[in-house]
Amino acid sequence: MTLTRNRLIVLVVVVVLAIGAAIAYFGYQRSTADAQASTAPVVQQATDLPSMLATDRVVFRSTALGPTYGRLSVVALADPSGARVVLDTSCERVYATAINGVCITAERGIVSRYGITELNAKLAPQNNEDLNGLPSRARISPDGSLMSTTTFVTGHSYAEASFSTETIIRKDTGEEVGNLEDFTATVDGQPFDIVDRNYWGVTFVDDDTFYVTGASNTLGKTWLMKGSLSARTIASVRTDAECPSISPDRTRVAYKTRQGNPAPGQWHIAVYDLATGEETILAETRSVDDQVEWLDNSTVLYGLPRSGSEATTYDVWQVPADGTGEPTVLVPQAASPAVVRA
Amino acid sequence: MYITLRGTPKGEAKSSAGSATSAGAVRSRVPGAVIGLGVVSLLTDISSESVAAILPIYITVVVGLGPLAFGFIDGIYQGISAFVRIAGGRWADRTDRPKWVAFVGYGLSALTRLGLLFISGFWAITSVVAVDRLGKGLRTGPRDALIATASDPEHLGRNFGAHRAMDTAGALIGPLMAFAILAMFPIGLGGYQTVFVWSFAFAVVGVAVLALVVPDLRSRSGSSETPSSVADETGPTDAPAPPVRPRWSDLANPGLRRLLIAAAALSLVTIGDGFLYLALENTGEISAAYFPLLFVGTNFAYLSLAVPMGKLADRVGRGRVFVGGYVLLLLCYVIAGFEFGGLAGVVLVLLLLGTFYAATDGVMAALATRLVPAASRASGISAAQTVVALFRFVASLGFGLLWQFGSLQTAMLVMGIGLAVAIPLAGALLRVRGERVAGP
Repeated sequence: MTLTRNRLIVLVVVVVLAIGAAIAYFGYQRSTADAQASTAPVVQQATDLPSMLATDRVVFRSTALGPTYGRLSVVALADPSGARVVLDTSCERVYATAINGVCITAERGIVSRYGITELNAKLAPQNNEDLNGLPSRARISPDGSLMSTTTFVTGHSYAEASFSTETIIRKDTGEEVGNLEDFTATVDGQPFDIVDRNYWGVTFVDDDTFYVTGASNTLGKTWLMKGSLSARTIASVRTDAECPSISPDRTRVAYKTRQGNPAPGQWHIAVYDLATGEETILAETRSVDDQVEWLDNSTVLYGLPRSGSEATTYDVWQVPADGTGEPTVLVPQAASPAVVRA
Repeated sequence: MYITLRGTPKGEAKSSAGSATSAGAVRSRVPGAVIGLGVVSLLTDISSESVAAILPIYITVVVGLGPLAFGFIDGIYQGISAFVRIAGGRWADRTDRPKWVAFVGYGLSALTRLGLLFISGFWAITSVVAVDRLGKGLRTGPRDALIATASDPEHLGRNFGAHRAMDTAGALIGPLMAFAILAMFPIGLGGYQTVFVWSFAFAVVGVAVLALVVPDLRSRSGSSETPSSVADETGPTDAPAPPVRPRWSDLANPGLRRLLIAAAALSLVTIGDGFLYLALENTGEISAAYFPLLFVGTNFAYLSLAVPMGKLADRVGRGRVFVGGYVLLLLCYVIAGFEFGGLAGVVLVLLLLGTFYAATDGVMAALATRLVPAASRASGISAAQTVVALFRFVASLGFGLLWQFGSLQTAMLVMGIGLAVAIPLAGALLRVRGERVAGP
């Protein structure tokens, strides 16, 4: 068999078509991106940060395509779809209280670097510290003294086929309280020492008590767990609950649950009454992969990506916390919401 | 019988690969079929590694699936290909059409690139990744059988080395291409979609080169040399005469069985790259953020040394070089475990690790080729590769447990001692001391 003239011609045609199409597609996407950047912003922008910080507000990550994509932003709770103040800091994930805030930063590249930046009460960046792995969750305790981050550290997995998370709690003084994997953990009273245990998504009740997700890939299970920083213990509360978030009145925890469906990627939001142990599934039917935020004692917030080609644009949705009603958009083109009361 | 690709840039690789053979060995070029398959692998690796490099970010950050979902998909990514590998080898042998079985494998993977463009959501991405790995598993055995069939026996090691060097070059270029494209799209999905389209284009060209340029070599009719007509490197000449059809019993011959046992023993105490890098990180010399660069360093050493190591194997004996590769790996453990040499130690570990791959990966395929009748070539090579993949998986589980319940030092020590025991064992199994030196 030889490389005949005909085969050579066919090969050249295939190469030219394939590479030509790839180049054309690149050009098309570039011009689309430029067009998006020039037609943006479709959201109104405000510039008066001080007056915004004097009202009840939502601090979030902007997902409006264009130059403000990924930037730290604030909008007044009174007019959540109205003009927003967009700051210079870019964040993958944001959380804020009236006292301070935390922004997880990313430098994309062949070697992506992630960091954690502390924000002051005016949302100005303070200092940046390196983080290991892909950032996932961030939370701050109500008094601003504790800060928690979760990242996926794939390199720490025991087999290449699994992943590992690293959840670290820091004090506002910069001191690390520690990696939760070093805490003494129990599930249903038994020691929880399985090798591939992972923790993610902390929510702080006060400056000692917190709730967190505990998980084991091998067992294919997750737990809502309650922890104490001073005692360095974590104990299970119930199964099938991830990314807890405590209500402002401290009586309920909202989390995402798979409702027994073992396949990942399909979560409902549920609210768990800490006093009665009753679980209520909320009215959102789409899968939510977020650590929800409470708007007030009767409503929760979460980010959801749009469908199809708009998948990088998220909106912040709200749904009643008692299982009634229907989800509606609270802040369009936004993700990672944090409600801050003046 | 072989086509040549005169006047193409690959011709230079050919001449340099064939320019410095050992004294007494016939000066020869890497066959056109091997270069052709090298080009196919280079293009396909650019395609697959560019997607693999951005898939974790795409899945977790862009599509918004959680960490558990990513772990699940990653598991599929790693797991599937080992299982279909044997099936691919067997299929190629039964039909005696390794080229077209490989074509199906490359074609399936190419189609998945296009699939990524149109789908999102967990199950859709999972299926696409699964089909891609299915394709990879299918094509590996038949492709190596083609390389073996196209090669004369005394240059098997070098030819596999030449193929692996081109393959690894693709694995280096792919992620660079992906990140270069992403860097031009600061926002939105456009960058990811452009990477998918480019990846598809490279895959299509790769498949076209396979279909149009690579000759349709058949193991049974295409090869005049069989283990029974050429002295078996591991000693016995009791391999059966080549049957007309492949038989499972072809895989039960003592020579292949010894190679499989040796490969299993060595793989069981092989620490994966990722863990070695973590061990290096623990020395405090480098940060985990630079892991991708460590992969680049290792691959660069692999790519540069694949041909020289293959030639060395052809000259001094493939079993020796194969086992010798594991001696280098043991040296890696020692340097990383005892934290010798600081940054220079890190560089040395990367160099040794790359040399280890150069001395073992293609060389093992060459070894397996000579241990089975031509009719069962693809099955034999796949069997050896599956054993390695399976036992390395067990090794990484074991290493993780040792690390978790003991310490990194304990884990390194146990694996090191295990490797120190497995090396002489493998040497005895492969009879490297009395190994016949290949050549005319």
